Amino acid sequence: MKPLLAPLVLLAFAVAPAPTLANPFETRLANGLRVIVKEDPRAPTAVHMVWYRAGSMDEKDGTSGVAHALEHLMFKGTRNLKSGEFNKRVAEAGGRDNAFTSRDYTAYFQIVPKGALPEMMKLEADRMANLTLDAKEFAAEIKVVMEERRLRTDDNPQALVYETLNSTMFQAHPYRRPIIGWMDDLEHMTWQDARDWYRAWYAPNNAYVVVAGDVDHREVFRLAQKYYGPHKAKPLPERKPQNEPQQAGIRRVSVKAPAKLPYIAMSWKTPRLRDVQKDRDPYALEVLAAVLDGHDASRFAKNLVRGSKVAQSAGAGYDGTLRGEASFTLDGQPAEGKTVAELEAALRAEIKRVQDEGVSPEELARVKTQSIAAQIYKRDSLMAQAMEIGSLEAAGVSWRDIDVLLEKLKSVSSDEVQAVAKKYFTDDTLSIAVLDPQPLENDKHKKPSGAVRH
Amino acid sequence: MRILTFVLLTFLTSTFALAGVKIEHWTAPSGAKVYFIETHVLPILDVQIDFAGGGAFVPAAKAGLAGLTRNLLEAGAGDLDEEKISGRLVDLGARLGGGADSDRASVSLRTLSTQAERAAALELMRTVLSAPTFPQAVLEREKGRSIAAIREAETRPDAIAGKRFAAAIYPDHPYGVSPTVDSVSAIARDDLVAFHRQHYGAKGAVVAIIGDVSRAEAEAIAQRLTEALPPGGGELVPPPVKKPQRQTIKIPHPAAQSHVHVGLPAIRRSDPDYFPLLVGNYTLGGGGFVSRLMKEVREKRGYAYSVYSYFSPRKLEGPFEIGLQTKRDQVDAALKVVDEVLTAYMAKGPTPQELAAAKKNMVDGQALRMDSNAKLLGYLSAIGFYGLPLTYLDDFPARIKAVTIEQVKAAFARHVKPENLVTVVVAAD
Repeated sequence: MKPLLAPLVLLAFAVAPAPTLANPFETRLANGLRVIVKEDPRAPTAVHMVWYRAGSMDEKDGTSGVAHALEHLMFKGTRNLKSGEFNKRVAEAGGRDNAFTSRDYTAYFQIVPKGALPEMMKLEADRMANLTLDAKEFAAEIKVVMEERRLRTDDNPQALVYETLNSTMFQAHPYRRPIIGWMDDLEHMTWQDARDWYRAWYAPNNAYVVVAGDVDHREVFRLAQKYYGPHKAKPLPERKPQNEPQQAGIRRVSVKAPAKLPYIAMSWKTPRLRDVQKDRDPYALEVLAAVLDGHDASRFAKNLVRGSKVAQSAGAGYDGTLRGEASFTLDGQPAEGKTVAELEAALRAEIKRVQDEGVSPEELARVKTQSIAAQIYKRDSLMAQAMEIGSLEAAGVSWRDIDVLLEKLKSVSSDEVQAVAKKYFTDDTLSIAVLDPQPLENDKHKKPSGAVRH
Repeated sequence: MRILTFVLLTFLTSTFALAGVKIEHWTAPSGAKVYFIETHVLPILDVQIDFAGGGAFVPAAKAGLAGLTRNLLEAGAGDLDEEKISGRLVDLGARLGGGADSDRASVSLRTLSTQAERAAALELMRTVLSAPTFPQAVLEREKGRSIAAIREAETRPDAIAGKRFAAAIYPDHPYGVSPTVDSVSAIARDDLVAFHRQHYGAKGAVVAIIGDVSRAEAEAIAQRLTEALPPGGGELVPPPVKKPQRQTIKIPHPAAQSHVHVGLPAIRRSDPDYFPLLVGNYTLGGGGFVSRLMKEVREKRGYAYSVYSYFSPRKLEGPFEIGLQTKRDQVDAALKVVDEVLTAYMAKGPTPQELAAAKKNMVDGQALRMDSNAKLLGYLSAIGFYGLPLTYLDDFPARIKAVTIEQVKAAFARHVKPENLVTVVVAAD
């Protein structure tokens, strides 16, 4: 179907340039810690983040979830601070704080009135090196982590499907393990496991600081030297590549859980972004995901939800900026009266259409328009700006390339989108996981796999 | 992630300071009330219109009508069908948002402020607001999707707990009614047309504008957006709320965790106890890791990942709720801790140290809550819709600082009466 409306404007936005041309600023301390500062004086606030390049992909079998468990324990005591005091100090400064763990990294942040930034840097630098882990604190907190797993995964059918899909499509690569960890591993985790993780990975040469807000970068650099500078660099554990062997044949799994609507997730192995300048396929895959599901007028919304009404919901996703193996995922719930098989066929037909016909110039123009608008809207959020810098850096992509990424995305042609659709969407590298909904009443005393009653 | 944050928390715990922010207010010729902040730092414009068009104005037999009416505004308007509307927005780089809650129906727009994009996006917003066509075929499709979502939600412990809790604390009141398969099935196109005509009028509409336009441009925008709205609107108030009887409701479910809600209907947004409860709840369960509930339930005992309390004031008495999820065989122990924490807090209130810490967080943290256009837009809308004074901003730090321990205790005693507390446990053994 052709777009129903010619674009009213194409890239006609007279966008004001970013406030400071040299912005952001970066320095590297002698101990290897990098500090990146985005000056944005719009409001008297600051975001302070520390990113460690250690996530669930760096774990070993048997201690899955330890990266995330340690993230929780980082809010306990240090040699200089009582347990619980970290949150208290942030709260009293009028700030808020949290942390998150991904497959690739673990990150901590505080959002504060700008005057509190030095104290935040002092606190964060303290727990980079001085955490005091003990059996008692660990015993209480690992129970919290198990409750988190029950909430996020065990009682969440779609999350169970994703967990199963990942452990199916990856057999050698560590992305096969869930970030939160297998329940059985959590039950057997010890405080020494967490301590070993902390000792191995929490080092200035495995971390970077991102600060955004109403700050002077020279002052932030000075504070970083003062608080983080004294920490010693240390040798990091060897990171084995753990490349996934070539998949040769479709893999199908199903998950039974209490639900009404079925759900399907299909993932193809695809390349990740390695060379910002030379790569082409990752950009084309990103454009393909946007054409299928980037906005409300995209193909899935228009054709599958509104048009043929085969889907209650349908999505497409590709993330090429990561440390490990990339994949392209389609997912959705069939509409009432439709089957998973019908939805799978409809999702495949959308891929087939791109393989046969490519995409239209109007669709490419929309992807460009959306990405430019998103860049501008992002400037309304300090956190979004800090997150963009931090997550790119986690994948080994410099913040200096943010504009290059946008330009590359805009340069993708219809032929290139068609080519990646043909190249990567073959059944040989496809894994499919399906939710098989179970009625509630027949499943009354189900225990989640791995859960132990005390 | 270390902690879940709840959208509901933001309203009550949100504040804003006036550092460099000036709110202008006027009534448009159409009758709409306008609240405006001029800021040219970013080339963007945000506009939100709120109407008294939430679920509270719908009979139980048609529950779901408010949400469907709001959502179908974008399903066809003027001579545009839904594909043209969504396509035009995408081509402009603009975004329409909003939705319907208990009290309000909202339509918001974020657009680039450049003349061509802005003008086209606003014109589209005007058409969507004033001339929705509610096509029959789209209505049938969206009813089908709503029904499927309702059936799906009836299998989810969190959704079941939320619905049963609302129904139990609001007996015979629209605040307690959730859409059902039957109520959505009963909605006809005429119902949408009538609801739009009655509730989406300029009278009583609140227009919030922030961004890269001048006062004169904002005046023209507000009038243009509201001049063609239907004749309804005005002072619409839901029926009065009755307090529930104390009770515990247990609902079977196979989940690994029990989902717990404890609470009752508490305060209106206009209640003078707003500030004592806002400050007081911070210490009880609103202040994240430093709250008593978090310390006792999570930090000391490891019973839950997420435990919280909040007041969510509405036009009428909005809910007070304590919530948590815990492994099902320890739910009684967790409930006992919640009861002890609440009882002790009701009896003695916060300690002087706790009160001081709460005030410090709220006063010093103001800058965080007003550091983006998107956040400020929400406050403009709330000020307009709930009739808060324009001086609310200036007064805020002083109102927080003035709260005493005695006021917190008295406010909790008035609004959180044990004889009205309802407990809902889903996945109870």
